[in-house]
This record gives sequence, C-alpha cells and structure tokens, in this order.
Amino acid sequence: MLGRTFQESFDRADLAGWRERSLSCTADDVSRALNGQGATLGRFAALISPAAAQQLEQLATRAHALTVQRFGRVLQMYAPLYLSNECIDTCTYCGFSRESGIRRLTLSPMRVESEAEVLLREGFRHVLLVSGEHPRIVNAGYLSECVRRLRKRFASISIEVAPQYEDAYRELVQAGVDSLAVYQETYDRDVYDQVHLGGRKKNFDWRLETPERAARAGMKRIGIGALLGLADWRYDALATMLHADWLQRACWRTQISVSVPRLRTAEGAIESLNPVTDVDLAQYVCALRICLPDAGIVLSTRERESLRDGLVKLGVTQLSAGSRTEPGGYEEPDHEAEQFDVADHRSSREVAATLVAMGYEVVWKDWEASLHGTA
Amino acid sequence: MEDSFVVASRAFSSRLLLGTGKFPSGASMAAAIAASGTDIVTVALRRVDPTATGDDILDFIPTQDVLLLPNTSGAQTAEEALRLARLARAAGMPDWIKLEVTPDLRYLLPDPVETLKGCELLVADGFTVLPYMPADPVLAKRLEEAGAATVMPLGSPIGSNQGLTTEAALAIIIEQAGVPVVVDAGIGAPSQAARAMEMGADAVLVNTAIAVAQDPVRMAGAFAEAVRAGRNGYLAGLPAVSDTAQASSPLTGFLQGNA
Repeated sequence: MLGRTFQESFDRADLAGWRERSLSCTADDVSRALNGQGATLGRFAALISPAAAQQLEQLATRAHALTVQRFGRVLQMYAPLYLSNECIDTCTYCGFSRESGIRRLTLSPMRVESEAEVLLREGFRHVLLVSGEHPRIVNAGYLSECVRRLRKRFASISIEVAPQYEDAYRELVQAGVDSLAVYQETYDRDVYDQVHLGGRKKNFDWRLETPERAARAGMKRIGIGALLGLADWRYDALATMLHADWLQRACWRTQISVSVPRLRTAEGAIESLNPVTDVDLAQYVCALRICLPDAGIVLSTRERESLRDGLVKLGVTQLSAGSRTEPGGYEEPDHEAEQFDVADHRSSREVAATLVAMGYEVVWKDWEASLHGTA
Repeated sequence: MEDSFVVASRAFSSRLLLGTGKFPSGASMAAAIAASGTDIVTVALRRVDPTATGDDILDFIPTQDVLLLPNTSGAQTAEEALRLARLARAAGMPDWIKLEVTPDLRYLLPDPVETLKGCELLVADGFTVLPYMPADPVLAKRLEEAGAATVMPLGSPIGSNQGLTTEAALAIIIEQAGVPVVVDAGIGAPSQAARAMEMGADAVLVNTAIAVAQDPVRMAGAFAEAVRAGRNGYLAGLPAVSDTAQASSPLTGFLQGNA
C-alpha cells in the first residue's frame, strides 16, 4: 500500500536489500524486467544490475522506443539563472558551501531582469531560478519579487532554492512559479550526514518531504533526483525511482521529472566518493525511462557534449544549454563565483542545431502562464 | 454525392483531424498535414509563442487552407481551460476550441466533471467547443446539452496506439449522438481509424501514430485513405455480422424437394 507520506514508504522499502539483490541479478531476471510492466523495485533493480549492463543495447532500444512513443522526437530547452551564491549550509561537494572561498553575491531583482534579457534573446522561454540557502537574503519575498518581474516574459518559471514551508510555496505559486526542482542529493542517510556538515540542509527528512509540500501548495511540476557520485549509485537510483513513483501516485495532478546530475569539480569541494561511469549513467537513464515511461528526464550541462547527445536518444526530455552557474554570469562571466564547472560549453544555439541535425525538434516554449492561475 | 463533415454549420471535406505534437520537425509536420488532406489541425496553445526568436509552431500550419483548432492541453480545471481559450481569442485565433481538461498526468485522461463545466463556461463565452472526453455515453449527452459542437470520445489512452479499446461505449455514443462524434486519442493504425469510421463515427483525430511513424508523410496518406475507406464502408451499409456461418446448403434443404 502507498505510504501516507513518502518517508513512510521510503523507510519501509528496504532499499539496501534491493541493492544487494540487484548485484546478483541474472540475465533471465533482466529479460523478465525488460518484458515486464510497472515501476516495481524488483523490476528496476534488475534493470540497473551488473547483468543488465551486459544487455545495454536492449535496454536502450526499449527506452528509446518508449521515449519516442510518449514524447516524440522532441527536446524541451531551459536555462538556469543563478540569483545568489550566498549559503549558510556546509556541503562538502558544493562550490557554494559556506566554507568555500568564492566571491559572494546576490542579484538585485533589477539585475535578475537584465540577466533574463540575455536568455530571452537566445530564445529561452523556460527559466530555472537557482540560489544557495540563505533565509535572510533569499527568502520568499525576494524570490516572489524576482518572479513577478520575469513572469510576463517567460512561459515557465522554475525554482531550485532552499526547501520552503508550504505557505511560502503557495506564495511563490501565486507569484507565478509553476515548477520546483529539489534534489535529495543522496537518499543514503549515513552519507547524507557525512557530506552535510552544518546548516539547515543537515535535516534529511525536511528535504525528503519537500516535493510533497510543494505539490500540496499547487506546484504544477516537480523535479527530483540524486547527485550521483555521493553514495552508491544503485542505492540512490532505487530511492529516486521509488520517490518518483510515489509522487506520481500520491500527487497525481503534478508532473514529475527526474534529473540525473553527476558530481562535478567545484571550488574547494571533494572528489566523487563513488564514481559513476558513463555506462552507469546511460543504464540509469534507460532504467528510469523503462519503469517510468511518463516521467520527464532532465540533463544539465554537467555532462560533456558527446554524452549529452547520446543520452537524448535514451530518454532525456529536457536539456539546459549555454549555462552559467554563477549569479550574473550571462552578462558578466565570473569563474570565481560559479557553483561548478560546466562540461558542455556549446551555446544554446549550437546545442539546438545539433539536436535538429539528429532529427529532433527543439521546443523553447511548452507552458503557458494561464495554466497556473496567475495570468 | 457530397458527403461533408459538418460541425457548427461549417462543412469540411476531410474527416481526418490532425494533432501537431511529437513531430521531429516543423517541416515534417507541414508535409504530413499536406499529405493527410486534413481540413482541421489542432495545436496546443502552450506551444504557441508569438514572441519566438526562431520559428514558431504556427509558422508550419497553412492556416489559409485548414482550420486552426487551438486546444487547452495542460489545463487541469475548467477555469484554466477558459483562461487559455480567451488567450487564444485575444491572440486573434479562431474562437473554435478543442477543450482538453486532463488532471491525470500519466495517461492524460480527461476529467469528466471539469470537462462538462469547462464546456458550459466556454459556450457561455461564445466559443465553438469540441470537447475531448472519456468514452461515456451519458457524459456525451450532457456535453451535447451543454452546447458542445461535437463530442470527442477517446478510443484508448492518448498516445497509446491501442486502438478502440472503448469500442462498446463508442457504439452507444455514436448511436445516441445528436452532434458529430470524433474519435480522438489512441488510434495507432490506419485499420483502427477505418474501423471507427465503419462504426459510424463522423471523423477521427490522429496525432502520435503519424508524428512518430518512421515516415510521417506516408503514414498521413495511409490514414487519409483508411478514413475514406471506412466512411465509404459505413455509407455503403455493412452487411450484418452473424455468429454462425450461413451455409449455402442450409440444414433445411432436404425439405424443399418435398414441398
């Protein structure tokens, strides 16, 4: 039975046991999973197993067919816009960590508008506002003001900021936010504790319950994910799949997407604890698509060009491009203030041209402000 | 004999309506529209961008030749659908609306309650409303009473290519309809479109099966032929289907010599 909260389902799920079983899956288990139905942990465990890695082409064939069937040969483009790199959290993997020596700045709402101008000229109509966690500087009031200035120009405004209370999400939805990205980073409680040394982010459960709070507040689209490379990737993959499936069932009016970020080098940050190979990542994308045919899959510029182009065919439906990961970076690039190094340095137009050459339609607008009650 | 498809007093010659999602490019969509011979093309308002820096989806629809039918894809409530429809009207689009209210985001199934409410709101606001609906005969009558110009029951979940899994309910809707019945969603093969037309549907709407075909243009042509064939089969009067073979030497033949 579906837990009343995701935490209930999560605590009951024995994900460590499923990870163990995944390691000993056989080729027969993989065939059964490929021909099976539904988002069960057993099926997913078989698809991310070492045995399934030996059948990656079959996984890819199925994943590609499901993606084309459900989404067509269509990619939705978005761009991140960093508002602030101020942060009270100490996270060992992040360039914005409190202890990190980067230059700190927060854009004024007016400056946010001029950054957004650059993105609009490039063709973007979906924007993702990103910031570190700083409740005094980056609060719901500041965010709402930024959103109000952008909402007439952008079809969709997403946020990737510190977890908020339900009321704050309600205020943000009212201001014009339609979409939330909140990544658990890792679903492994021990590793979570080791990499989050201080700050509000140390509270695992508060973060875990964030997507539910946002859905209750009327957020139309929610993206989740784990930062691959912190804990064992199979464990985090199982947890992410379980989370996405729970959200799709419990919050059935909310569109769920899964992001698949891998840890990148950042100023003062740790190296990956559990490196995730390109094959692992491709297998993960295939398994997500096969078990969750309706979920969006989001890929950022953390990955290099050739890998991104390849993963598009396996199930990715949303791509960022031409990204800057520091506040103000579109107008004035500043490597001293960025969150992480991007690996795909192509401009958005170059990425779009490649996709078109691959036989994909690039969609810049696929939302309408009228759909979230603020138009 | 002229066999027009008439919706709200407007006559169309093609009984194949086309959706515009999932095409690999604007050019392939335009070519498929041409090959299908369609007169009505529906487009999601959420995809339309009058401020686009590059090509916009509307640039690929020959609006001088076909009726552009904006749809409210993405709406989860009647009010959201109304806002979208008003947006379309304000942007100078026709005030014909394909009403889609689909809060279920996995199968995109239409909400019967909000669809009926949305139809009432849109009709009151002066729109010609073509509602996408579950294959529910009572809801079809209720929508008709609410002023819907057609009813558009689903054959099976959208994009599923499962064909007419709702066939028994579709038959009742067609039998009882006072407005044209357009079978929308789930039609995955020309033979399924032909079947819907043979059953007496007035038209079908196809999108995924054409858009994701290896050759969308050829598939558009195939659907055009299937729709015509199915319609002709219906008009010609299909022979009754029997549970048993009608043998040419009936069991009572031996009696005839004794007559």
